Amino acid sequence: MNIMNGAKMTYLSKTLILCAGLALAGCTNPDRFDDTNTVDLNGANAGGLAGSAQDPTSPAYFQQTVGDRVLFAVDQSTIGAEAQATLAGQAQWLMSNPEYTAIIEGHADEQGTREYNLALGARRANAAHEYLVSQGVAASRLKVVSYGKERPIEICSNEACYAQNRRAVTVIAAGLSS
Amino acid sequence: MRMLVTLLMALSLWALPAVAQSNGPLRIEITEGVIEPLPYAVPDFVSDNSAGADFGHRIARVIASDLSGTGLFREIPGEAHISRITSFESPVQYADWKVINAQALITGAVSVDNVGKLVVRFRIYDVFSGQELGNGLQLVGTQEGWRRMAHKVADQVYTRITGEGGYFDSRVVFVGESGPKDKRAKRLAIMDYDGANVSYLTDSSSIVLAPRFSPTGDRVLYTSYETGFPRIYVLDVASVGRRALETQAGTMSFAPRFGPDGRMVVYSLTQNGNSDIFKMDINSGASARLTDAPSIETAPSFSPDGSQIVFESDRSGTPQLYVMSANGGEARRISFGQGRYGTPVWSPRGDLIAFTKQSKGRFHIGVMRTDGSEERLLTASFLDEGPTWAPNGRVIMFTRETQGAQGQASLYSVDITGRNLKQVQTTTGASDPSWSPLQN
Repeated sequence: MNIMNGAKMTYLSKTLILCAGLALAGCTNPDRFDDTNTVDLNGANAGGLAGSAQDPTSPAYFQQTVGDRVLFAVDQSTIGAEAQATLAGQAQWLMSNPEYTAIIEGHADEQGTREYNLALGARRANAAHEYLVSQGVAASRLKVVSYGKERPIEICSNEACYAQNRRAVTVIAAGLSS
Repeated sequence: MRMLVTLLMALSLWALPAVAQSNGPLRIEITEGVIEPLPYAVPDFVSDNSAGADFGHRIARVIASDLSGTGLFREIPGEAHISRITSFESPVQYADWKVINAQALITGAVSVDNVGKLVVRFRIYDVFSGQELGNGLQLVGTQEGWRRMAHKVADQVYTRITGEGGYFDSRVVFVGESGPKDKRAKRLAIMDYDGANVSYLTDSSSIVLAPRFSPTGDRVLYTSYETGFPRIYVLDVASVGRRALETQAGTMSFAPRFGPDGRMVVYSLTQNGNSDIFKMDINSGASARLTDAPSIETAPSFSPDGSQIVFESDRSGTPQLYVMSANGGEARRISFGQGRYGTPVWSPRGDLIAFTKQSKGRFHIGVMRTDGSEERLLTASFLDEGPTWAPNGRVIMFTRETQGAQGQASLYSVDITGRNLKQVQTTTGASDPSWSPLQN
C-alpha cells in the first residue's frame, strides 16, 4: 500500500487516496466499504472504484477484465453463448472472492413502455442470476434489481445504442456482513 | 417541503330571477366533432373595490386560456369589443356583442371582502337568444386561490355550453426531469392542469416513477428506488408525508393504481424475475395475488365501478391488453390490432380504455371500447406513452419523448376525437402525468 505508481493512482477512489495518505493497513478490505461504494463505472450505481484493475481480486478487475455485463436480443431474456461465457467467468470470480456480494441490474432499451421495460429488465437480471447460481454462486450473495429503461448506458436512438442498453450488469458490492 | 395553498371555496347559488336552463341555441355537441369553435367574449371582470382591481384582468385571462385551450371555443379579443362592461349590474347591450359575433359573453365582478377573501361573481349570456345561460354564481376563496376561482368559472361555462363535466379546476401530478438521458434526475411534482403553480413533492435523490392520484386527489401512489429497489409508496399531498407499502422482502413492486374506493390498490410485483398482478388493501396491508403466469403481467387499471381490471400481458408472445374480474381469474384479451399494447387506463366514464401502442417503430396513444372494438389512434411520434384521463373523460394527457441523445420528455394533451394536440407547458422535462379528479 505504501508503494504506489502513477498508473495505479488513477484507478483509485477518493476513499482509497485518503486511506493511502493515512498509511492505514487494510484499506482495500471490501468490508470497509458500505453499500453505496460499489463498482459500476457505467451502470446505475456509479460509485467509487475500489481496487486496481491489475489486481485480479479487485472489483475493478471483475468489471474490466472478467466483464460485468451481458447483452440481450430485442424483447428477450435468453442467455446466449457469449453471455454464458461471460457469466461463467463472473461465477468463477465470485467463487474465488467470497468476501463480495453482487447486485445484478437488468436494463431495457427505450423501445417499450416504462412498466413493461421494468418487468423485462427483471427477467434479464433474473436470467443472469439463475445462470450464476447454476455455476455454483450462492444465491444468498446475489440480489437482482430492474431499472427498465431508466438508465441507458448509450443515449442515441438507434439499434447500435439499444443493443448496449439491453443488458444485465453484475455490480460488485460490499461484503457479506452487510 | 412545500406550501399548500389552502383554499376555502364556497360555491353558492346566487339569487337571481329564474331563467330557462340551456335549452337555447347555444350548445356545442362535442361528440359530433366540432369544426368551428364557438366565439365568445370575456371582458376583464369589473372590480367592486380597489383591492379586487388586480384580479379582474387576471381572472378573465385564465378563463379565456381555459376555454380557448379546449379548441372548442374562440375568443373575440378585447380590441374588437364595442361595449365596455363597467358595471356588473348594468343590462347587457346584446346588439353590441352580436355585431362582433360573440355568441357567448361572460361577465364578472371581483372584490375583496372585509376578512381578505376574494369574492368572484359571474354571469354567462347567450348573446343571440338575448338571455342568461343559467344562473349567476358567486365564489368565495383565498386571494392565493384566484386561479382556481377562474378555473371554476371556466368549468361552469364549459359545462353549460357543452353539457359535459368540466376539467379546468384540476391538478396533475407528474415526474419532473432534468439532466442528461443516462443520468436523468427525477422528482415528483404537482401543478395545475394548465402547468401553473408547480411544486415538488420529493427531491431527486432517487429515481421516482409513475405517480397516480387517488380518486379524491388527496394521495399519490408512486414507485421509488429509495431503498435501491423499486418499491411502491403512498404520499399524502397536503402533508407530503409518505410511507412504503409493505411487500414481501426480495421482491420489486411497481405500476400501482388506486381502485375507485381509494383503498384497494392494484400493482405489479416481481418475484424471481416474473411479474404478476396483485392487489392490496392499503389500510390493512392485506394483499392478494390476481394473476399467476410465467409471462409479464403489469400496468393494471380498475374500471370506475371497481368490478374489473384491465392490464397488459405478454402471455400471447407480445404485450396485449386483457380484462379480468377485480378478483382475478380468467382474463379475456381485448386488443387484436397489429402491434404491441401497453399501459391501459380505464376512462372515468367507463366507456373507453386509453392505451399506448407500439407499431412499426412508432408509438401511439389510442382509445378503444372496453371490449376492444372501435380502436382509434389519437397520436403518433417517436415515443408517446402513459395516457391519463381528464376528469370528464374527454381529454387525455400523456408523455412524449423526443428522439436521440438530446431526447427530452414533455407532457402533451389531446382530445379523444384526436383533435387539439398540444404541449402542456412545464419549466423542466416532464413525464408520467396523472390527472386528478375535479377539485371541490
